[in-house]
Amino acid sequence: MAAVTNHNNKPYEPLEYSTEEGSLRIFGFWLFLAADMVLFACLFATYLMYIHHTAGGPSSKELFEVKDFMIETVDLLVSSFTCGLATLEMRRGNKKATIAWLIVTLILGLVFIGFEVKEFTGMVQEGATLQTSAFLTSFFILVGTHGCHVSIGILWMLCIIAQLATRGINAQTARKVFIIGLYWHFLDVIWIFLFTAVYLTGLVL
Amino acid sequence: MENIKHFLGNFFVTGEPMIYMADVAIVLVSLGIIFVLTYFKKWKWLWKEWLTTVDAKKIGIMYIIAALLMLFRGGVDALLMRTQLALPNLHFLDSQHYNEIFTTHGTIMILFMAMPFIIGLFNIAVPLQIGARDVAFPFLNAVSFWLFFAGAMLFNLSFVIGGSPDAGWTSYTPLAGKELDPGVGENYYLLGLQIAGIGTLATGVNFFTTIIKMRAPGMSLMKMPMFTWSVLVTSVIIMFAFPVLTVALAMLTIDRLFDAHFFTVAAGGQPMQWANLFWIWGHPEVYIVILPAFGVFSEVIATFSRKKLFGYHAMVFSMVAISVLGFITWVHHFFTMGAGPGVNSFFSLSTMLIAIPTGVKVFNWLFTLNKGKIQFTTAMLWALAFIPNFLIGGLTGVMLAVAPADYQYHNSYFLISHFHYVLIGGTVFAAFAGLTYWWPKMFGHILNERLGKWAFWVFMISFNVCFLPMYLVGLLGMTRRMYTYPAGLGWTSLNLIETIGAFGMGLGFIIMVYNIYWSARYGERDTTGDPWDGRTLEWATTSPAPEYNFAHIPTIQQVDDFYYMKKEGRQKEISKAPYKPIHMPNNSGVPIIMAVFFFIGGFGLVFEWIWMGILGGIGVLACMLYRSFETHDHHYIPVDEIERTEREAGRFS
Repeated sequence: MAAVTNHNNKPYEPLEYSTEEGSLRIFGFWLFLAADMVLFACLFATYLMYIHHTAGGPSSKELFEVKDFMIETVDLLVSSFTCGLATLEMRRGNKKATIAWLIVTLILGLVFIGFEVKEFTGMVQEGATLQTSAFLTSFFILVGTHGCHVSIGILWMLCIIAQLATRGINAQTARKVFIIGLYWHFLDVIWIFLFTAVYLTGLVL
Repeated sequence: MENIKHFLGNFFVTGEPMIYMADVAIVLVSLGIIFVLTYFKKWKWLWKEWLTTVDAKKIGIMYIIAALLMLFRGGVDALLMRTQLALPNLHFLDSQHYNEIFTTHGTIMILFMAMPFIIGLFNIAVPLQIGARDVAFPFLNAVSFWLFFAGAMLFNLSFVIGGSPDAGWTSYTPLAGKELDPGVGENYYLLGLQIAGIGTLATGVNFFTTIIKMRAPGMSLMKMPMFTWSVLVTSVIIMFAFPVLTVALAMLTIDRLFDAHFFTVAAGGQPMQWANLFWIWGHPEVYIVILPAFGVFSEVIATFSRKKLFGYHAMVFSMVAISVLGFITWVHHFFTMGAGPGVNSFFSLSTMLIAIPTGVKVFNWLFTLNKGKIQFTTAMLWALAFIPNFLIGGLTGVMLAVAPADYQYHNSYFLISHFHYVLIGGTVFAAFAGLTYWWPKMFGHILNERLGKWAFWVFMISFNVCFLPMYLVGLLGMTRRMYTYPAGLGWTSLNLIETIGAFGMGLGFIIMVYNIYWSARYGERDTTGDPWDGRTLEWATTSPAPEYNFAHIPTIQQVDDFYYMKKEGRQKEISKAPYKPIHMPNNSGVPIIMAVFFFIGGFGLVFEWIWMGILGGIGVLACMLYRSFETHDHHYIPVDEIERTEREAGRFS
């Protein structure tokens, strides 16, 4: 609990912000997320334009499986929670618990990717491919871009776990845990939009 | 054997004597560079001092060298086009070759000349102006540069290997789609821009963080130099505009490489979606290259009028206004799409609104000049010439913004002349002004003023000779991108005048290059670090600045504080002993190696060799992994080294 106690009346400053480098990088990462948000915004706009442009191919109503995307959603929301717990434990200086929660997050991430791969391969087997229609092109690229982000996040998290295990919690690794947390929550936010704009809308409209 | 011959015949561009000449020139120049570096044993120096550097000042110099090379390439393209159009019915270039050349001319001038030039100026001036030791993320800065360089090299490779893109710099679908444009040319465009674009996005993040977080104590936002303000606003535009380009390029790449349907009508795609996405990036891009130009002129005009910049707050607010409005004008690039009067009126109005903050800025520059002690230096001449030339470009822009009238001007030479007046009269003049102004800070000597003024007059007059007739020939009905025209339309003499002007601009450029050579050998050395009696912090240190920029970070009290420091004798405190060790980042070879992998992957995707694309991707990931596990990425400059440096500069006290 040493990190939380306040000895010299300075405003409380978490470990990840304690060095100039750390606070600069966290700030920079927020900016990157803003830019990434614009990237997703364009993909969303394009998808919503093409939502009915099925060119005689299968439509969203025929393709989306409620059970699968509900599992994906709950899985990713829970992983965001466990990632938050990892950040919390990092702030408490608890290395083992931080690593444990990151591993749980990582496994949930893998489960998510597993379901998405299952969903995509299922669609391709039904003849709904990237080449079928503008609707499916924009669907695969929008959802796939999010999936790519999650996959990169998993690889990245592996590196951070390895660094935590060998170096323990210090200003540098704390910053890394904090930043991957930002990234992971961001992907969760994007998924909530995907859930609404793609899956729910796709079943209703 | 036949297979190999067939492959090579397609791989290398064949059948055009000019391209064979270019092949020979490329091989000879490459051999020459290798020979010189080996003969003078400079390889290690090149690697240690330049290729692996993370010092913003050196990265800035590399950006500008690359930009000047690209200016040469884009300029040669322009001269080839003007030669072809000098007289009716010429066959100097055939139509395909002409298409390729106007495409590469436009793309190179915007993405690989204007962008790196202004980003080079960011790197040279901003950290010094805000009293910082470097940018926020020096490693990322090197990555940005090398990605730009890899993208530029990939794009330029197209004219000798595989064939150049030929669908215009806007690369509109369906013309740029696979069906109408098979071959690798468009792939070069898509991947070259993609790689360079990622680097630019990182630059935006980097400079925004630097300016927000790393200003000298006391320098609140409203005490920053105007160039720094322009870079701050530009960084915001970059962060919100470049992801759109990334998406658009990725979509078209996926369409071309994997037969997807973002832009193919038959499967439900919409070609105009490309135009929309392209210009949602493309219009803010215009302001990305013009706002820093405004910043340069603000510095130059204030310095050489010996006055404080007039209307500081109005300058800042008008830049912010321009940056916001710049995002809601994109449809004016295709009023003729047929979106209807409601949509066209909105974009007409939003476009005209931009003239208001721009007008405010013009008046502020004029009022800065008013009653100033004006010095007609070369940099000042570029700044003064900017005002009327940019005004011509701006006013014709307002004419183009009138949607019904635009149906007449659209895609005519009137438009061509308009955007050359704003881009050359604005951005290029600013690049030359900034280069002349900051040259002593970069290299420690002053560019010859006499030669500089010759270059200015020749270039500026020729520019008007070249582009003023284009307004007329446009109103007479000549459309852009036509490779030849018949006699008897009244276009001939105007076109001939334009060509003469174009070659005059080439002459101006040659004088400038000669000036660089002459001044490097015989130019006046800048021993003071403050050759222009400047007003901002970059002039408070030596020329060129030491690696750590300032021995002590100065404390700022007001706008143009360096001017008051000199009056009050406070400037000596910056180099006053005792010193403390200074924390600096280490050089790294990772950025250039990473860029090489980007290049390999990009080249693979251009030829649709997916394995090679994956190989490049793995290399990039490996570099990131290596970087993630790196711990010793910084060092301290010891006190005795700082002391030695300051003593050699005659500043130790």
